[in-house]
Amino acid sequence: MKKSNWQEKLNEKLYLISALISIALILSITLFIFIKGVPAIKEIGIKNFVLGTKWKAGDGQYGILPMIVGSIYVTIGACLVGVPIGLFTAIYLSEMANKKTADFLRKVVELLAGIPSVVFGFFGLVSIVPLIDKFFGGGGNSLFASSIILGIMILPTIISISEASIRAVPKEYREGSLALGSTHIDSTFKVILPSAKSGILASIVLALGRAIGETMAVILVSGNTPLIPHSIFDRVRTLTSNIAIEMGYAYGLHQGALFATGVILFVFIMIINGVFLVFNRKAGELNDR
Amino acid sequence: MTDKSLQIDHQMNIKIVKEKLIKGIIYFSVFLTFGIVLWILLHIVFNGVIKSGNIDIIGNESILPMIMNTFYIVLLAVSISTPIGIWTAIYLNEYAKDNKLVHLIRFAIQSLAGIPSIIFGLFGMIVFVVGLNLKWSILAGALTLSIMILPIIIKTTEEALKSVPLSIREGSMALGASKVKTIKGVVIPSALPGIIISVILSIGRIVGETAAIYLTAGMVPRAAVSPLDSGRTLSVHLYLLAKEGISFEKAYFTATILVVFILCINLISNRLAKKFSEKLKAN
Repeated sequence: MKKSNWQEKLNEKLYLISALISIALILSITLFIFIKGVPAIKEIGIKNFVLGTKWKAGDGQYGILPMIVGSIYVTIGACLVGVPIGLFTAIYLSEMANKKTADFLRKVVELLAGIPSVVFGFFGLVSIVPLIDKFFGGGGNSLFASSIILGIMILPTIISISEASIRAVPKEYREGSLALGSTHIDSTFKVILPSAKSGILASIVLALGRAIGETMAVILVSGNTPLIPHSIFDRVRTLTSNIAIEMGYAYGLHQGALFATGVILFVFIMIINGVFLVFNRKAGELNDR
Repeated sequence: MTDKSLQIDHQMNIKIVKEKLIKGIIYFSVFLTFGIVLWILLHIVFNGVIKSGNIDIIGNESILPMIMNTFYIVLLAVSISTPIGIWTAIYLNEYAKDNKLVHLIRFAIQSLAGIPSIIFGLFGMIVFVVGLNLKWSILAGALTLSIMILPIIIKTTEEALKSVPLSIREGSMALGASKVKTIKGVVIPSALPGIIISVILSIGRIVGETAAIYLTAGMVPRAAVSPLDSGRTLSVHLYLLAKEGISFEKAYFTATILVVFILCINLISNRLAKKFSEKLKAN
């Protein structure tokens, strides 16, 4: 009896320690990224680093404003492409499709979610980029191409989370609206969607995080010129690509500046995750009602 | 007809047109989503199959080493992460109470899931490649990826544990089994298909991952023998082929293998999920 009691305790401790590993990991990731990046920011000067418009590693110029702007533009572009398509698809799945069609389409969306990002990038490089070059000129590697590819990549996130939150709206809401004489479309857009707002916003914020953090797909279609783009057909470099492209051969302050780029990216992600948690909690409260 | 009824008629017409337009937009969006997936898959696989004829699959240009390196990293990362993930899920589902610590653990897991792979790559570089002096190696890559897949394993396993009915636990406890014995002897076996799904999903994630591996496992295009050798995985191979534009034929072929692999993973996990839910219903 005593021995088994001791084993029980040991197992419970093992489970607890495993669970604590996640906390240790997130803490050490944050810590190490900042420890490696912050000294470089100090050496370059935070103003020169964040607001500097010139990135020339050879001349010791490390301004990442073009990459910050690039990341923001690309993310907004991805949302412009992905949010409407995703949201309307989610409305179809939850409100209009019969069960068989919905099940099939959901599998298709799952498949889209599983496609590796480098495959998206390669697909963009061989099909989207030449198309843009053909119709608009300029080579095709551009902010526009990145927005389209990222817009496609965030579709599964938008569709699955929005659909779930639309489904979570109580049946009575729709029935009440229909009983008052409004049409199906009317009830969907004026009653159901406003009730599912928090969940839909959560899906968009999560998609923002995906888009701003994506690396390989963007590198292959964006052109990677470290300048602030002035048109959607300009080449663009994001924070993530800046790290991935130059990390292989960087050393000294250059390497530090790349870790510092990681710090800025990390700050963006933390803000986005924080906003997501707020919306998600609101959506959860709504669903619990 | 009076003017007023005409006006109402007119308003109704506008409304009907508007609704039709909205429905049209919805159908168009669904068509786009579906069409895009089809376009990507067909484009890659079609070109991959057609152009593979020109590639010397067994000789110098063989992608077999990349497949082996990918397999190597999958094996290591999964063996590191699976036990930790399962134990965490057991703690969260079977022991955890609604207190601050548990909230913190859940917050940490959620945050881990939201971190971009390039940040994991940086972390892996700092800690494993340089810090532990593993250099660019299969082991450094696997350690980095084991962190990345941890949230997937925990979440999916926890779902599986949750779906095991309480009656099964109570039955085992009533027969005199302890809590740990109940978990190991009854709960885990009932949740096994779900746990296997979690492993399959994380394999998919590893095979498709590029940024984090690129920064930690390096890009030597040879089959790694020791875990301390550097080795290029399939997705890193595709990235380099596409980036340097050396051979789109080989790139298509590599992409096809990746896509077919992901298709298989989807198929297997869907099958398992179906079986699992049927089994639970039978219970």
